[in-house]
Amino acid sequence: MQYTSLLQDKRLTILLSGEIDHHSARETMEAITAKIDVYLPRRCVLDFGAVSFMDSSGIAIVIHTLRAMEELGGEVWLANIPAQPMKVLRAAGIEKLVRLGAERSPA
Amino acid sequence: MKPENELNAQFPSLSANEALARQLAAAFAAQMDPTLEELGDLKTAVSEAVTNAIVHAYPDRIGPVSLRLRRLAGNVLEITVRDRGCGIPDVAKAREPMFTTGGAERSGMGFTIMESFMNSFSLRSAPGKGTTVKMRKKLTGRDQGSRIKDQGT
Repeated sequence: MQYTSLLQDKRLTILLSGEIDHHSARETMEAITAKIDVYLPRRCVLDFGAVSFMDSSGIAIVIHTLRAMEELGGEVWLANIPAQPMKVLRAAGIEKLVRLGAERSPA
Repeated sequence: MKPENELNAQFPSLSANEALARQLAAAFAAQMDPTLEELGDLKTAVSEAVTNAIVHAYPDRIGPVSLRLRRLAGNVLEITVRDRGCGIPDVAKAREPMFTTGGAERSGMGFTIMESFMNSFSLRSAPGKGTTVKMRKKLTGRDQGSRIKDQGT
């Protein structure tokens, strides 16, 4: 999977795409950690706009990102979450842990 | 209950087969006219069950995982995922939310999601013999959808 990322004013946005499951989770986590370690952002935004499927592995990815950002004293936002991943995230009560952006922000 | 249609598949416990199992379930369910949300629920539940078999049933070897899909009367889809692996020593503990014996890439939410996304869920496991997860979900279907619409007019 390709991970496009944008850095602006200490805000790192990582664009996730495709299907997120156990098969791809470890690689995704390592890619996110590597970007956080390089850019040392204040806020990390995981953008789910191009995610076509996500199972509970996605919850682990969010929690992993949260831990990495907590070490820096930063925060995690989730953005552009389609309905199916949103249902999985809500089943885990993720809105108590991180800030959820709009379901799909206007371009 | 005699199924109206049935599909049996067996594959090795390779993580690449998680996507294959989801796609099989989605393709089989297509004949039952699920809504987009129902299709997402089915794919998520299958992904969780098959991932459990791959990660936990065979922690240090590759073993067989079977997926059985059955269409039952009343537009009910039954999904059975079975492995011949190590079994679950403490079933009650395994079903607790956020409990996992997996690594950092596991969340411990698999059973919680299977239970909440499907209408029924049962788990049978015997240490050293394997684990069977059986789930059912009633799908809206085109007939029922149009009946609801008719009542509205």
